[in-house]
Amino acid sequence: MPAIEKQMNTKDLTISMGPQHPATHGVLRVVLDLDGERVLKCTPYVGYLHRGVEKLAENKTYLSALPLTDRLDYISSMSNNVGYCVAVERLFGIEAPERAKYIRTIMCEMTRISSHIIGVSTHALDIGAMTLFLYSFRDREVLMDLFEMVCGARLTVSYPRIGGVRNDVNQEFIDRLYAFTEEFPKTIEREYETLLNENRIWKQRTEGIGVISAEEAISWGLTGPTLRGSGVPYDVRKFAPYDAYDKVEFNVPVGKNGDVYDRYLCRMEELKQSNFIIRQCLEQMPKGAILAPDAPKFTLPAKDKVLNDMESLIHQFVLITKGPISAPEGEIYVATEVPKGELGYYLISDGSGRPYRMRLRAPSFVHISALPVFCRDALVADVIANIGTIDIVLGECDR
Amino acid sequence: MEPKDIADLIKDRYPSELKETKEFRGQVSVVMRKDRIKEVMQYLHDTPELYFNYLEDLCGVDYLGKKEPRFEVVYHLFSLRHRHMIRIKAEVPEEDASIESVVCIWAGADWHERECFDLFGIDFKGHPDMRRILLPEDWEGHPLRKDYPLQSDQGEKEWHGYKEILEIAKKNKKYEVG
Repeated sequence: MPAIEKQMNTKDLTISMGPQHPATHGVLRVVLDLDGERVLKCTPYVGYLHRGVEKLAENKTYLSALPLTDRLDYISSMSNNVGYCVAVERLFGIEAPERAKYIRTIMCEMTRISSHIIGVSTHALDIGAMTLFLYSFRDREVLMDLFEMVCGARLTVSYPRIGGVRNDVNQEFIDRLYAFTEEFPKTIEREYETLLNENRIWKQRTEGIGVISAEEAISWGLTGPTLRGSGVPYDVRKFAPYDAYDKVEFNVPVGKNGDVYDRYLCRMEELKQSNFIIRQCLEQMPKGAILAPDAPKFTLPAKDKVLNDMESLIHQFVLITKGPISAPEGEIYVATEVPKGELGYYLISDGSGRPYRMRLRAPSFVHISALPVFCRDALVADVIANIGTIDIVLGECDR
Repeated sequence: MEPKDIADLIKDRYPSELKETKEFRGQVSVVMRKDRIKEVMQYLHDTPELYFNYLEDLCGVDYLGKKEPRFEVVYHLFSLRHRHMIRIKAEVPEEDASIESVVCIWAGADWHERECFDLFGIDFKGHPDMRRILLPEDWEGHPLRKDYPLQSDQGEKEWHGYKEILEIAKKNKKYEVG
């Protein structure tokens, strides 16, 4: 140790990063114990966005609890809705028609693309690569416009319904989405990957950072690209297919080293796979109903029927005021693969029109709990890279 | 392995602990006593033909007035190797609202258990850091209990942080509304 350092008076420092810090992707507070620039201990604090979604859902009917799920992971609300609908459908024992399943799969994958490009680009922005951020918002805008076209909302969509979807997609939507899928893989290769994949600074900031082994990742319950970066090929879409995922082909990309760079590569590959899934769905999508026609006690009837048919009017009235009163008693856990990881809905029904208990297993919550593992022996700057790589949304974490 | 066979295995191994098994839409729930829950979990985790290496979810449920004992802690276990899942429900009475922690088996149980403590008031024995997680440290009550009101009825006894926010809002208000 040089003489000058010996004379220096040093001590450990505790700093609080957040809750309002641009790199924490929301209101996450991380308390860091530092020795110089090295992190000795990292303690995340959450709960700033707690709205009691689970408690609220217990007091709403199955139908009116749906908009609550938008507000969890608000940049991929479509997947949250679909997860909820799949869970309730399985609880009720009803099946959505084929066309609705395909539409929902398309929507989920569009959401995955928009969430991943935001995730990767804000992650890159945090550690100094700003260009991608601008490109990604341009591409996301196309998808947002398409969401707006189909349901009128861009972020909190509430588009899927229990037993199907709210309204059908038209030819213009299909054409525009098809044009997007033609162009998007080229955009990834030409713009995204050339900017980062072999970028020397990017690689220095990400390779060998935030390493987590496969065993540890499983023990911590990580899911999604955060788990697959460590080489575990666990994807709910393959393990327990829902909607149209068993009818389309896709690969599940996995990493090798379990570091930030591998997780980034996984997300990039998933963008291409999602694009591939959308194309297959658009080509295979059959014609037909978009809402389960044989379940009038669970799904809202079409508006024109309500106005002309007495029985439909009664169904609508009961469903809105009391909820599906013939719901069976039982409990079900349904996991779906949202962009961040595995979103699980655990629903308990006591036979009334309201869920007795709705539990949300939010991937961001689990991922933040593992943040101290990612930040072992890290520098302060790596903490930022680690928060980016677990791809969190605090609305989902705090519920 | 089929979920029913898993339930049978647990029944053979821990006949005194298991209370009943239920099946609904292909998912099997095993209701157990809470006393040896950690041992059961360790068995489910370690046995090669079961190998539940992945804790999908852990949460509490309040059955106030519906059933005795009042609480249940629900574990959703999944095996990545065998691709099977099972739901274990441990019954927790109100008088002794505590259960053994499973953090040493699955590290990911850490925050789930803290959340369960926060929202249901179930204490997890052996947990390394049992604090509230979503709510402020000085919050009173456990919101997901069925006897906790949806809307505040505390009046003057309201949490001080909320009163502070109301006062700040009053101070910063520029215009009188209605």
